[in-house]
Amino acid sequence: MSVSKRLSLGILFLAIALPAVAETPQEKGHAIAIEADSRDTGFKDWKGTLRMVLMNRHGETSERELRMRSLEVPAEDEGDKTLIVFDNPRDVKGTALLTFTHILEPDDQWLYLPALKRVKRISSNNKSGPFMGSEFAFEDFSAQEVDKYKYEWLRDEKLGDIDCFVNTRYPQYGNSGYTRQITWVDKEHYRVHKIEFYDRKDALLKTMVLTKYRQYLDRYWRTHDMFMENHQTGKTTRLVWGDYEFQSGLSEKDFSKATLQRMR
Amino acid sequence: MRKTFPKRRYSACASAIAWSFYVFLASVLGSAPRADAADSLDLPGELTGFVALDSRVFFNSRQFPQQAHHSGLLSLVAAPEWYLEWNGGDDAVLFSPFYRGDLQDPERAHWDIREANYLHVGSSWELRAGIAKVFWGVAETQHLVDIINQTDAVEDTDGEDKLGQPMLHLKLVRDAGVFEFFSLPGFRERTFPGRHGRLRGPLVVAVDDPVFESSKGQRHIDWAARWSHTLGSWDVALSHFYGTSREPRLVSGLDRKARLRLIPFYDIINQTGVEVQYTGDSLLLKLEAIGREGQAQYRAAFVVGFEYTFFQFWKAADIGILSEYHFTDADHSAPLSSFEHDLFTGARLALNDVEDTQVLGGAIIDTVDGSLSWSLEASRRLSGNWKVEVDLRLFGNIPSRSPFASFNSEDFVQLRLTRFF
Repeated sequence: MSVSKRLSLGILFLAIALPAVAETPQEKGHAIAIEADSRDTGFKDWKGTLRMVLMNRHGETSERELRMRSLEVPAEDEGDKTLIVFDNPRDVKGTALLTFTHILEPDDQWLYLPALKRVKRISSNNKSGPFMGSEFAFEDFSAQEVDKYKYEWLRDEKLGDIDCFVNTRYPQYGNSGYTRQITWVDKEHYRVHKIEFYDRKDALLKTMVLTKYRQYLDRYWRTHDMFMENHQTGKTTRLVWGDYEFQSGLSEKDFSKATLQRMR
Repeated sequence: MRKTFPKRRYSACASAIAWSFYVFLASVLGSAPRADAADSLDLPGELTGFVALDSRVFFNSRQFPQQAHHSGLLSLVAAPEWYLEWNGGDDAVLFSPFYRGDLQDPERAHWDIREANYLHVGSSWELRAGIAKVFWGVAETQHLVDIINQTDAVEDTDGEDKLGQPMLHLKLVRDAGVFEFFSLPGFRERTFPGRHGRLRGPLVVAVDDPVFESSKGQRHIDWAARWSHTLGSWDVALSHFYGTSREPRLVSGLDRKARLRLIPFYDIINQTGVEVQYTGDSLLLKLEAIGREGQAQYRAAFVVGFEYTFFQFWKAADIGILSEYHFTDADHSAPLSSFEHDLFTGARLALNDVEDTQVLGGAIIDTVDGSLSWSLEASRRLSGNWKVEVDLRLFGNIPSRSPFASFNSEDFVQLRLTRFF
């Protein structure tokens, strides 16, 4: 066999073998994230209500109620806009938080304080801080954009009866409280069913379980129950979502500093 | 409220009686039905608000004979708010009265309509008509640029409580920023402690005998405009106000009953304001500046400062350090300012716990005469709809020649218990 023949055979072998080895775990993880994202694009805007039940180690609970709305920003390199209005507890009633999400740069955030009628631009460096004293960090609430993480597919696994991809994702944005998160995404609809959060020391910090998925506009799946358990403190927070409404005609002007001042 | 309260004599156990009253009221309020108040009254819309009990204790006894022995020992505040919207929120009305009852100082006891207005929202504009409240500014320890609403100075010493202001307020939302125009008919006079009240100088302010530069007096129509915009990390605003100064000059003289008083002089002024805030990763930089013409000589003032936050400094708690420098270039005919060349340094602690515990404390030092003023504000949510707040204010080292010298013995602590509904 001549050298050239050997070479061409080698190339032929490579060409056959490539499709099988082409997808590294990183590429596969990334592809899963892209597929999940593409299935959730085009919603334009949504609104929803949210009840949070916080429970401490002794079983004592306290509740919060808020409303959230979100506007999809079509630009690839920009994140969505969200507005959260607090209804309960009553001492923070009317307080509103406007966020312009960015992919890797810090978000822009404005807080409206109704007692003073004051809109305050605030630092968004509090990503890993607790949201309203709950077990959810601000970053757990943030819009999930593909490029916020690097991905790695770990394995396929059944979660209960559901066939899932199990991926690790590594936050790429600054000031995250996590080294990594492990996600369980179902193969049929690419919905997230469970996330394990690992803290800065890479110890298991929290687990979130997402259930009661319902489909809107025959396309967009939304969870109605997110249960977060902090393994280090024993505290839990349950988020109960309701009154989802899609494409209700929200626009940029509903997500501005000027709007924030008359938010109810 | 011009009604004079009967003079009362307090025994040593006044404080104990006050506290039992506190506890009684608290238990009554606490047992109120939790159902939505608006529903139970069959009122359309939403009824919210709060009722609070304040108790102020001064560490030193009164300095002037007319002052009550236990001024502010027990005071009640009610601030309900009724809101109704239609057309998906494009039309709305808001009504928010305010009442403070105070047994010792009839000037502190007062009621006000904080808001009573109608709002219409258009495609890229908004119009609000009626009594309303507007805030301008970025600084924490002085609100220099904020001029639309009059300060309700008997409420607190921080200048954050405001009286309702009648207005027509047009807001245009454009790509180049938000443009706002105000027409302000009906001037509100500043409130001041009366002769029975604390936190005042030897001369009482003659709140019933103001002097206006304009022959129209309170009926002078004031105007204001503001442009505000966000450019990346920078939030900026420019504003101009023409009309009756919210801040009076206080000149000693005789009131209508020929008593020696401080007479408030309200001049017609032009005031231009600038607000800038830079928002970095953990750092906020702030600037407010004004130029004012029409009140004594042209006057310039600014406040410049920063706030740096160490997020999750200890577990979930954030700690912020902040400092603000105040400067006022004013001659002796200008209104008295306690912020001529003063430096504030302080810290803010947010525990980020379930009870939303927060503490803000710091000191302002006058860099020329060394006067000091300390303040500490702490708040914490109690179970359900209750909140408790403690404010501590201490004054010291004020030279005897200073017009604020009497504040040396006005240190006080205030406890507030609020029930929200």
